[in-house]
Amino acid sequence: MATEAHGEATGLSFHPMDQFIVRPLFSDGPVHWYTPTNVTLWLFAIVLATLALLVLGTRGRAIVPNRSQSMAEMSYGMIHKMVGDIAGKDGLKYFPYIMTLFMFVLFANFLGLLPMAFTVTSHIAVTGFLALAVFLTVTVIGFVKNGAHFLDLFWVRSAPLAIRPVLAVIEVISYFVRPLSLSIRLAGNMIAGHAVIKVFAGFAALILINPGLGALVTPVSILAVVGMYAFEILVAFIQAYVFTILTCVYLKDALHPSH
Amino acid sequence: MEGNIGELGQYIGVGLTAIGMGGAAIGVGNVAGNFLSGALRNPSAAASQTATLFIGMAFAEALGIFSFLVALLLMFAV
Repeated sequence: MATEAHGEATGLSFHPMDQFIVRPLFSDGPVHWYTPTNVTLWLFAIVLATLALLVLGTRGRAIVPNRSQSMAEMSYGMIHKMVGDIAGKDGLKYFPYIMTLFMFVLFANFLGLLPMAFTVTSHIAVTGFLALAVFLTVTVIGFVKNGAHFLDLFWVRSAPLAIRPVLAVIEVISYFVRPLSLSIRLAGNMIAGHAVIKVFAGFAALILINPGLGALVTPVSILAVVGMYAFEILVAFIQAYVFTILTCVYLKDALHPSH
Repeated sequence: MEGNIGELGQYIGVGLTAIGMGGAAIGVGNVAGNFLSGALRNPSAAASQTATLFIGMAFAEALGIFSFLVALLLMFAV
């Protein structure tokens, strides 16, 4: 992605986008679909972390939960309540899928914040596939549950007849832009946050080249890195939450298409 | 001064996409501000509306992220 930008070798040069390059794990060869890359490694780490929290964490089944068990119970309870509140009682049938989505995105975002880690959700290939899966699932559920009545979603009966065709065009556009906005929101937030941290980290190295200016800039940059990192932890959770909550909203539209 | 005019336009375009960030900032600030003013009038109803708050923020923020995407496309894909 950022390989062509590596022109100058002198002075202050930093490459905030290098962290998103997909590299093979064991060789320097080309990346095929079967090549184990850093993406594979971190996807595997996400699965392991999810298993560790949800399976090993609740293994004790204590009445008074320990820390990991209460984290697992809290995340389970939060998503269960969210699906029940937003998608309705009949949406609870799809709770396992939504819980899986939430845990995957949450751990992808959190593990990506570890130093030297690779953020899987910073690639539109990953988030686009997640969003497309949500979009197709919801559309299929909508047509299976409601048949042709699912199209009521686009034909707003509460509006005056004259403006219904205009509204229909807007509704269709907003329906088909959903997978795009869902995937780009997540990937964009991850790319932007991590790139900002790397840019500040690049400024923090200024003291090595220009001690006079660096004495002023470096402490500010280090503080900014710390602040952005804390903010990114918040963003990592909020983006996973938003991804899940929008899935619930789309599911509600599919189950109850009339406005 | 040398270089090609296409690259110049590319960099100017990337700079212009920062305007989109301002728009997203206005949008997100509007959502949060209105939520806060409503929540302070009726604090007991605030907790039940945090989900709506996040959905509104996500929609407002997505359009700012789109401008960031345009910047990335201009920098690396065009």
